[in-house]
Amino acid sequence: MSYLAVVRSILRKSRDNKTIVVCSSILLLIAAVALIGPLLSPHHYADTDFDQPFAKPSISNWHVFGTDGLGRDLFVRILLGVKVTLFVAIIASGVSLGIGVAYGAIAGYVGGKVDGVMMRAVDALYAMPFIFFVILLMVVFERNFLLIFVAIGAINWLDMARIVRGQTLSLKRREFVDAARLIGVSTPGIILRHITPNLFGVVVVYMTLTIPQAILVESFLSFLGLGVQAPQTSLGALVNDSVSNMERAPWLLLITAAVLAVILLCFNFLGDGLREVVDPRKKT
Amino acid sequence: MLRYALLRIFGAIPTMLLVIALAFLMVHAAPGGPFDAARVLPPEIEKNIAAAYHLDESLPRQFLRYLNGLLHGDLGPSYRYRGQNVSKLIGDALPVSLQIGVLALIIANVAGIAAGIAAALRKNTFLDRLVTGVAMAGISVPVFVVAPLMVLIFAVYLGWLPASWTGGTAITRLILPVMALALPQIAYIARLMRASMIDTLNSEYVRTARAQGLKTRSIVRYHALKPAMLPLLSYMGPATAGVLTGSVVIEQVFSIPGIGQSFINGALSRDYTLVMGIVIFYAALVILLNLVVDLLYGVLDPRIRTR
Repeated sequence: MSYLAVVRSILRKSRDNKTIVVCSSILLLIAAVALIGPLLSPHHYADTDFDQPFAKPSISNWHVFGTDGLGRDLFVRILLGVKVTLFVAIIASGVSLGIGVAYGAIAGYVGGKVDGVMMRAVDALYAMPFIFFVILLMVVFERNFLLIFVAIGAINWLDMARIVRGQTLSLKRREFVDAARLIGVSTPGIILRHITPNLFGVVVVYMTLTIPQAILVESFLSFLGLGVQAPQTSLGALVNDSVSNMERAPWLLLITAAVLAVILLCFNFLGDGLREVVDPRKKT
Repeated sequence: MLRYALLRIFGAIPTMLLVIALAFLMVHAAPGGPFDAARVLPPEIEKNIAAAYHLDESLPRQFLRYLNGLLHGDLGPSYRYRGQNVSKLIGDALPVSLQIGVLALIIANVAGIAAGIAAALRKNTFLDRLVTGVAMAGISVPVFVVAPLMVLIFAVYLGWLPASWTGGTAITRLILPVMALALPQIAYIARLMRASMIDTLNSEYVRTARAQGLKTRSIVRYHALKPAMLPLLSYMGPATAGVLTGSVVIEQVFSIPGIGQSFINGALSRDYTLVMGIVIFYAALVILLNLVVDLLYGVLDPRIRTR
């Protein structure tokens, strides 16, 4: 099957699944608002208005979610936070996907001793609390965006590698792989042209489940002040800001937390739903 | 079993060495030295400082010195708190963190197992949907959102519990941090337990037990509970890692003077040795726990040993 055919078959099967339709609609809506919304609001994310710190949400002055301690419009800042958070999460998941698929497919297809050594290494890395290494990395080097992507991607590839290896092991015994080998396709050719397209479905599912994990890591780092720096912001950094003012302006925390929670919940439900579609045996 | 145990123990050593080497190299690859102050120091003084912290030695020598210190439980001097040893800083903060972490893990297991079994036994009923829904929320909503919300509700609005470590009694100040730390783990454990219990209840020996006329209650208690709990055992490693990560946030939110707080203070003030020491300490804890779990697994499930 080609990539396109796999996508089409997943889409077709997803149409009847209520969870998938609802969650993906919500996520698309949030992403669209995050992209278009700032253009519609008269405020800019870095504009401060010291006459109106902690303004309550109201329509009249266009501060629909109110303002923070520096009089910055929360609505626009949340949209920026959503954009940054989603961007970091998607790139980080892409990194972990690339490493995980390559690693798992090679280990699974080559097999034997190579597989044994490669999976032992994964086991060893599994026992390491990576998040603390990421923090160490952030402390030691200048904090930059790229580092956050790479670090988060480096944490999350292990699960992907395990799953992809398992799938590859069962795929390589199939007739079409034998046929490809018989007509003289090279090992890298088989992995690229015949194994990975068939892994696509599973990989899509686990990518949907990796994104919320990446969001968690990113917002965790930003919450601790080790991630995205002001005047840029992310949902984690916004939660951190609102926590320090929660007694004066509880709505800041409630709104920010709600947005973060909705995004995470939707990704998790979407991943669960897709897993049922792609692999009906896993239905719980 | 002995062969299995030895294999596992020797398997953990390279992981630990890798952790130490990675942490050590990262810190030493840092741009700029730890004592780059705004003021330029006379070269003699700089030399003395470097000699006092052995920074004038070659990297391999420094690494061996650090390893040797580790074997004696010495994590070296802190770069920020003059005259303080990292081991002592960790040791001072440990009891508080340990208390909260262990309590959270116990509560997470008890509540998670109970909720998971209840949901599995009443699969596809309202109770089951409630448990799975709440569990999904518990997994999705991060600790740093749950903890402040709990403070807002229980401390600020209701005024039942203290908002930080300095208020309240030795018991009341524990409740909110422990609950916030336990919640996501309760959610994970409940999901695991539910799936595993459903699997077990569908197995053939449970069907046999049912056919013999045993009541559901005794089937669960005498036949299904133990095998269904096995997957939970392997989750204890990740659970510990999760509690450690969570404690960094929790100690920040409730201003608890534990290791997590030292870690963040060290990170923000660039106290390299302190951060490196805590990373190694945390990694050692997680690796040790994973090892214990592996060994227990071998004891409880003989099939594992021969693999």
